[in-house]
Amino acid sequence: MPLDPSFVGRTYPPTAPYQVGREKIREFASAIGATDPAHHDPEAAQALGHPDVVAPPTFPVIVTMAASSQIIEDPALGVDYSRLVHGDQRFAYTRPVFAGDELVCTNTIEDVSTRGGHGFLTTRTDVSTVGGEPVVAVWARYVIRGEA
Amino acid sequence: MELAAQTFRVTRADLVRYAGASGDFNPIHWSDRVATKVGLPGVIAHGMFTMALVGRAVTEWAGSLDAVVEYGVRFTRPVVVPDDDQGTEIEVTARVREVTEDGLTRLEVTATCLGEKVLSQARATIRTAR
Repeated sequence: MPLDPSFVGRTYPPTAPYQVGREKIREFASAIGATDPAHHDPEAAQALGHPDVVAPPTFPVIVTMAASSQIIEDPALGVDYSRLVHGDQRFAYTRPVFAGDELVCTNTIEDVSTRGGHGFLTTRTDVSTVGGEPVVAVWARYVIRGEA
Repeated sequence: MELAAQTFRVTRADLVRYAGASGDFNPIHWSDRVATKVGLPGVIAHGMFTMALVGRAVTEWAGSLDAVVEYGVRFTRPVVVPDDDQGTEIEVTARVREVTEDGLTRLEVTATCLGEKVLSQARATIRTAR
């Protein structure tokens, strides 16, 4: 079933706040082998002028991937999750994520199209603090493979 | 200008660890049974794990954790990770496309596994080191 193009431009209600923990940043940094002390040691981060440990650049995907279920699991849009392939990913940073941030995601559907039997879905997630400070904008493009 | 190549070894254990840390438990990243059932040659790395490793290379080149302004990739080819102690290896190189007057450096990044590109349109914009 083709995706409904009338969803383009739709914005979803902001998600519940995600509390960025120091240990989560350490765990994520360790999992990708990022050993810079500013990912792990608050004093090292503070010496560089940061409020707390600094998350690696792709850390926000933990928050945005969970938030994007709002779109991907929207029964009205009708994405077949078993056919979903992650095509593109992009981040535009206002600043890095720090431990202690409370992040809220606002999802928008930027594009929906069908070409060659495959569906394409582009989402934009604006990640900000609960206080409304923008942190990072995140785009993901998914391919929903057609039935061969 | 070319930046120094960086290589990252990726084993099954790394994928399990990344799954736990990121919350992405899609079984194609840990189960050969599921991966082959959906037509893959075997377990593949999370695209976002590859992107994270390339992100490490970018921050290393930038010389600062808060210097990355923009970073995007297209996932074009899966990174197949065999179930052995060696795993596989991702090599990351980059060249400087542009240094702007307002202090930004745009990089064109190449990531390969077994000699084949696994990303396309991999680009990062970093604040030019002073």
